[in-house]
Amino acid sequence: MVPLSAYLVLSGILFTIGVIGFLIRRNTIVLFMSIELMLNAANLAFVAFSRHLNSMDGQIFVFFVMTVAAAEAAVGLAIIMAIFRTKETVNADEINLMKW
Amino acid sequence: MLEEILFVVLAAGTVITALLVILQRNPVASAIFLIMTLFSLAGIYLLLEAPFIAAIQVLVYAGAIMVLFLFVIMLLNLEKEQKIITRNRLQKIFGVFLGIVLLMQIGMVFHSILLTGEKGFFPPDKVAALGNTEVVARLLFTDFLLPFEITSVLLLVAIIGAIILAKREI
Repeated sequence: MVPLSAYLVLSGILFTIGVIGFLIRRNTIVLFMSIELMLNAANLAFVAFSRHLNSMDGQIFVFFVMTVAAAEAAVGLAIIMAIFRTKETVNADEINLMKW
Repeated sequence: MLEEILFVVLAAGTVITALLVILQRNPVASAIFLIMTLFSLAGIYLLLEAPFIAAIQVLVYAGAIMVLFLFVIMLLNLEKEQKIITRNRLQKIFGVFLGIVLLMQIGMVFHSILLTGEKGFFPPDKVAALGNTEVVARLLFTDFLLPFEITSVLLLVAIIGAIILAKREI
């Protein structure tokens, strides 16, 4: 049987990859994908603890995390499209003014 | 023994494809690799005896959310934008450095605290007897009914927000 710590280490590594991706990439769409990676790392920790503690609450929580991820992706991608329409770029370094 | 082998294979697949997501230049390739990461995670959920979560992972995440990403990449026509690279080398170095610091902090937390807690009421054999989906559904529509309904409002707000933001003239 795989111990809980193995799943948690995997979750930690996945979260770190998401953080590094968010910090080093400048394409806004890839930044959103990095956020999805971080959310998935949290989901993995939830499910691992749910199994470890004989509870279903972790699995229920994963649903809510997925809903928030879906809502965030829909609104975030709409914002990216709105910005691309006015500024013709998705580079996060060039989107540095609130309104101009 | 089989469980360990499957875990190692799926964990390696998850980490490698996740690294490829952040290292690919082309956003479409990143999206495809993210779909592969999500599929590997669905396999890991199966190992953790959460088949319903695994199915939802494939349907909602790999299906719906990633199709949304691919549609936006397609709509934006990013040909000249594909070569967005960080020209600032310092930013990359600091990003990786901070990520490694974060990983060490996460490791220290896991190492220092005792990973136990009060046991719940759903041991694996009971869940297997009742059926995973049945248990999840019963909890979702009894104990977690209010969060479930609030979630539907959240989705409604997200739909309206996305339509308003994506409209040509506000």
